[in-house]
Amino acid sequence: MLGKLFKLFSQVAVVLLLLPLAACTDKPVNSPYGPDAMAGNTLFTAFSQRSPKYLDPASSYSVDETPFTYSIYEPLYGYDYLKRPYVLVPRSAQKVVAPTFFNAQNQPLPSNASDTDIAYSVYDIPIRPGILFAPHPAFARDAQGKPLYWPLEPNALEGKFALTDFRHTGTRELTAHDFVYAFRRLASPRVVSPAFGVLSSHIVGMREYAQTLRQADQALRVDKGRETWLDLREYGFDGVSAPDDHTLRIKVIGKYPQFKYWLAMTFTAPVPWEADRFYHQPGMAQHNLSLNTWPAGTGPYQLVESIPNRRHVLRRNPNFRGEPYPCQGEPSDRKAGLLDDCGKMTPFIDQIVFSLEKESVPLMGKFLQGYYDIPEADGGDYGVAMKVAAGDSASKAALYKDHGLQLLTSTEAQITYLGFNWLDPVVGQGNTPEQQEKNRKLRQAISIAFNWEQYVSIFLNDQGQVAQGPLPPGVPGYQDLPEGLNDQVYTWNDGHAQRRSLDEARRLLSEAGYPDGRDAKTGKPLILHFDSAAGMGSNATLDWMRRQLKALNIELEIRATDYNRFQDKMRQGSAQMFMWGWVADYPDPENFLFLLYGPNAKVKTGGENASNYDNPQYDALFKQMRDLDDGPQRDALVDRMVKIVQHDMPWMFGFYPKSGGAYQKWVHNAKPTQMVRNTLQYLRIDPATRVREINRWNAPVWWPIALVVLLLLALAGAFWHVMRRRETATALVRDDDQDRKDKD
Amino acid sequence: MGNYIFRRLLYGVAILVGVNLLTFVLFFAVNTPDDMARLAIGGQRVSQDAIEKWKAERGYDKPLFYNEQQSGWASVADTVFYQRSLPLLRFDFGFSDSGHDIGHQITQRMGPSLALALPSFVLGLLASVSFALLLVFFRATRLDFAGVVLCVVLLSISGLFYIIAGQWLFAKVLRWVPYSGFTQGTDMLRFLVLPVAVAVISSLGSEARFYRTLFLEEIGKDYVRTARAKGLSERVVLFRHVLRNAALPILTGCVSALPLLFMGSLISESFFGIPGLGSYTIDAINAQDFSVVRAMVFLGSALYIAGLLLADLSYTLVDPRVRFE
Repeated sequence: MLGKLFKLFSQVAVVLLLLPLAACTDKPVNSPYGPDAMAGNTLFTAFSQRSPKYLDPASSYSVDETPFTYSIYEPLYGYDYLKRPYVLVPRSAQKVVAPTFFNAQNQPLPSNASDTDIAYSVYDIPIRPGILFAPHPAFARDAQGKPLYWPLEPNALEGKFALTDFRHTGTRELTAHDFVYAFRRLASPRVVSPAFGVLSSHIVGMREYAQTLRQADQALRVDKGRETWLDLREYGFDGVSAPDDHTLRIKVIGKYPQFKYWLAMTFTAPVPWEADRFYHQPGMAQHNLSLNTWPAGTGPYQLVESIPNRRHVLRRNPNFRGEPYPCQGEPSDRKAGLLDDCGKMTPFIDQIVFSLEKESVPLMGKFLQGYYDIPEADGGDYGVAMKVAAGDSASKAALYKDHGLQLLTSTEAQITYLGFNWLDPVVGQGNTPEQQEKNRKLRQAISIAFNWEQYVSIFLNDQGQVAQGPLPPGVPGYQDLPEGLNDQVYTWNDGHAQRRSLDEARRLLSEAGYPDGRDAKTGKPLILHFDSAAGMGSNATLDWMRRQLKALNIELEIRATDYNRFQDKMRQGSAQMFMWGWVADYPDPENFLFLLYGPNAKVKTGGENASNYDNPQYDALFKQMRDLDDGPQRDALVDRMVKIVQHDMPWMFGFYPKSGGAYQKWVHNAKPTQMVRNTLQYLRIDPATRVREINRWNAPVWWPIALVVLLLLALAGAFWHVMRRRETATALVRDDDQDRKDKD
Repeated sequence: MGNYIFRRLLYGVAILVGVNLLTFVLFFAVNTPDDMARLAIGGQRVSQDAIEKWKAERGYDKPLFYNEQQSGWASVADTVFYQRSLPLLRFDFGFSDSGHDIGHQITQRMGPSLALALPSFVLGLLASVSFALLLVFFRATRLDFAGVVLCVVLLSISGLFYIIAGQWLFAKVLRWVPYSGFTQGTDMLRFLVLPVAVAVISSLGSEARFYRTLFLEEIGKDYVRTARAKGLSERVVLFRHVLRNAALPILTGCVSALPLLFMGSLISESFFGIPGLGSYTIDAINAQDFSVVRAMVFLGSALYIAGLLLADLSYTLVDPRVRFE
């Protein structure tokens, strides 16, 4: 009986074990998507860590949100996709306009009027007619023209957690009033916008307008509760208005040439009042329905699926008019094939799927299998990392080559610097002229000792450019070598910059009052403090820093902390040396030089001048430079300012990090950039190549299944055999067995 | 028994209040509302005005524990602690600091967490018990010794290694399953096979060793000798007698662990891209989202208390000798 049962069990087991073999196929079975997904005109990419936090254009300021916000919204201006240095081009505006200047008596002034005469500037921006919003339930109306989804009946939101759960949608034409509404929202007490601080200090009446709104909001909340919609159409201010449906008028205090760049950011993108009203209904927030989660824009794409921290899908906006692909770019662009689509209508791709990948191992694995067309849509880390990996490993380089991956890098408008706190008695400005010069020499000695070329080589695998000043390449006013040489730290020898010698640094250290790294008065060793926000104080970077200063016999003490405490220290001015970075908001020298402008000092005003650098001469030049239009006069001022900070050295200028993108070979028109944010509409893919290559790269390996099946059968047989022997063994041990056991 | 359950539930409420207080104190000992606002707003230009707005919108503009500007009960009630804690006791989790409904997120994410945790738990239990029984069957032989060594090896290896090795072997080399991802419906199986297998294997070593010890303890008892003496086969002895009698500690351990399955797996969910509650908690900690952290700690504590209560109750079901009087 037992034998028959075993026989039956064995047969069933064999069938079950061999069943997977029947399903064996040469087709890939490891696709994370549904069948035929790869054959469509869909771009697959990933986002790391978390879903975008803010899709509301007034609040969104993080890089990871920009692939969404800049694809869904259309600000007035944008940047040309291919041209470098970056050039402003109109998006929803008809053209990039120059302001008209007025004096205090409201009389127009010529364009070359003196800055002191200009009381305010007026930007009259024509809006393109015929632009339509993407379909949205906020616009849906019934036959009588009444809004279908406002006001909502009680329980009307039951089961609705996405815009696609609303059956009806509508649209309407974009008007200048939508821009006016967007500017008003920036001042609303219900919206947290990082741009409000800057814009309210430049737009006429905006700060006072915020006060008015605050009072109106408080009154409304007392009367009708906090969920009641604050209709901003009822409250206006003179700074932003719409003389007609297709003209936006913005009044800027005095002259502010950089204002045009703010119009290229989504902070100033249009927001339809209907959407604001739609989302301010009871229950909307509880159903995760808000402008932060479901935007309403006029851009090339619209959000059609949004599962937080899992998947987001952008689909072509059916109402988008189409924008021609650029026909001009850098000289190398033609050779790279970036001009092949000249004049064709964008966007090229129908759908973009963003999937969550928290860890880099699965992300890179899927990218190398072809299941991601680009590993990240927002940043430039993976391209750089893969380039470094290819440099380190011949097998990886061969794999990338075999896959035809495009690893493109570019130096971007950003800087990582090591700052000295100007308020610090040792490395800061100093109290007396004598002390100031001594401290300057100490900073100079330290700057010479810190070998940033080595840093870039070791820690960035040369994927960065050592900085000579505060302005990165691509920003007007940046000077290449030898003109831009920081002669306090380098000399120009045989056509290249050479770091000054350690002997010179030691001499400077001695002149600073620290011969051989010891205080000349007390004889005590010089101990400097570096405040690190990177956690524990023993990582390789910090060890490297210690070694740099050890060459001058200076001790470096690391004060490691978390980022919150680090920021506290910076606000209180208690840090001595620190490392920080800046990513440009716009490609203008003002956006970097303001980091050293005295009135922006972090301790005094909470501004972005983290070093608290204060130099009246620099500040005066900054004010002049800020108000000048681009041109030789401005370049000359920028040059003088750069020379001042090179001399004073409130920063070690560190390096300009490179940005890089990784793209599959079937992705066309890829050009890495951190400034142009609406890049997705220019990308084109070749799905046929994608399918072919994925099939080639992902054929499953089935033979181990047979091996495993055989192994399991052998094991089962062996166990059965032993079990049977045990079951049938006699209770008494035979004599010869007993003898053997005794011997053992 | 009713009195016992009522008493335990009362203890549970007291524990939950304590846990909530501790979470609050610990969180705000290392984060100020200003820190939270700064991180939430993000970007480079965070003005104090924006910070104040953010705090006011979320109620963090009030004092933490005691409001000196109010009098009487309002001095306690008009504080962050009170206004954030009271709704918790009725399981109203409110909104996250990023503006999402936490209750909805939990219901959405519980499914994926359970889809991973339940099969991992059940299959892990089956595999561990079976392997332990096998070792006990072959006790005091070289096979048993090899099995124990295998268990020690398995439990000595970090769980992260199993995940990375599993992805390397099955997703990269053999290309049988996707690296990561998640979807609804039956297609979900493709994404769960690997993480479940990894979970089963990574827990096999420690659990099988523990169960083996339990079974060995039982197998030396008189009733087992009696069972053998009356001629029962070893298989029947093991499955019908030893397993049943050793099931008490196994069952109580499992019952107390069951509610916590809802909380998900922190590492697995991250690596396999499963949008469950484990990764939700980790995300909230990284983003300093106090509302979510507090809600998840509270929920975890409540489930743990419920688990321990269920474990106690399960004693009476498995062993009729146990009574709560």
